[in-house]
Amino acid sequence: MGGGVATETHQFHVLAVDDSIIDRKLIERLLKTSSYQVTAVDSGVKALEFLGLLDDVDVDNTDSNSHHHKVEVNLIITDYCMPAITGYDLLRKIKESKLFKDIPVVIMSSENVPSRINSCMEQGAEEFFLKPVQQSDVNKLRPHLMRGRKSSQNHKRKPVEECLSPDRTRTRYNNHDLEL
Amino acid sequence: MEVDQLQRSFVEYSRLLFHEGFLDGQFSQLQLLQDESNPDFVLEVVSLFFEDSERLLNDLTIALDQQNVEFKKIDAHVHQLKGSSSSIGAQRVKNVCIAFRNLCDEQNAEGCLRCLQQVKQEYLLVKTKLEALLRERHDKRVVHDLNCGFIFQLEQQIVAAGGAIPMLNEFC
Repeated sequence: MGGGVATETHQFHVLAVDDSIIDRKLIERLLKTSSYQVTAVDSGVKALEFLGLLDDVDVDNTDSNSHHHKVEVNLIITDYCMPAITGYDLLRKIKESKLFKDIPVVIMSSENVPSRINSCMEQGAEEFFLKPVQQSDVNKLRPHLMRGRKSSQNHKRKPVEECLSPDRTRTRYNNHDLEL
Repeated sequence: MEVDQLQRSFVEYSRLLFHEGFLDGQFSQLQLLQDESNPDFVLEVVSLFFEDSERLLNDLTIALDQQNVEFKKIDAHVHQLKGSSSSIGAQRVKNVCIAFRNLCDEQNAEGCLRCLQQVKQEYLLVKTKLEALLRERHDKRVVHDLNCGFIFQLEQQIVAAGGAIPMLNEFC
């Protein structure tokens, strides 16, 4: 492919987490109708494993660009009520992770509990969907995915900026550049 | 053949199920998710529901049969059943599950037993009706496929006899 701005034409990849086989099938179908690539797992542990965040395979603590290939996930949608690791625990672990903290996370729950919704949003969830999840809910995911793609494109330009490009003189207010 | 007839009875039967409250809007959502690329989606989801529910009802029966009834465990099972029935639109099953959970909170063993009987009943009712609905849809498809096959054969015969195939309206 030639130079210039490369438009990302590959599909968005969504990781779906739900211990109910029926709900997994449903969310997978809903996501696929929006042309998203889907990986569906049945537990928070499997999700962490998939992301490489389980203790013995801690991608976070390895050198960046080392042998560990960071899995490409654009959004994580998880059920709240799960045995072992809840959706909330999973959300927290993702937000604490260097590699995945900027990935949008969405929570699903069959129960409308305001305190639950609030704590999830405070912990950084982008959306909270009440089950059964509808197509109209899934349609709300796109802006979060688009935003994620845009910011990852900015990150990819970073190495050039670090070599004293003129852009550096512009004051920026996002967290990444405050490292100055 | 009788495609129209079957189509009509399928629609009527669906309406009846919605009218009697066995199925709610969520079931329509499932039907909307079915298309040519996923022609068996509803059947697949409903089959999963049957398997899952039967397992849960079995676990519930065992759990309520114990000397020391573990209400937390029972509540967890009912929660699951409530979730899956809600996801496929089995409204009456879901509603009994809601009542069931309240009885678990109250630690009412006798009430739970009665509720279990009720949920089993509702489950069997919706299962019978869903099976009938899916059978009708399957039959409609069989007839449709048979028609297409028949027409294809006709087309082949026409071409073989040196004729042109007349324009058909959307039959297939």
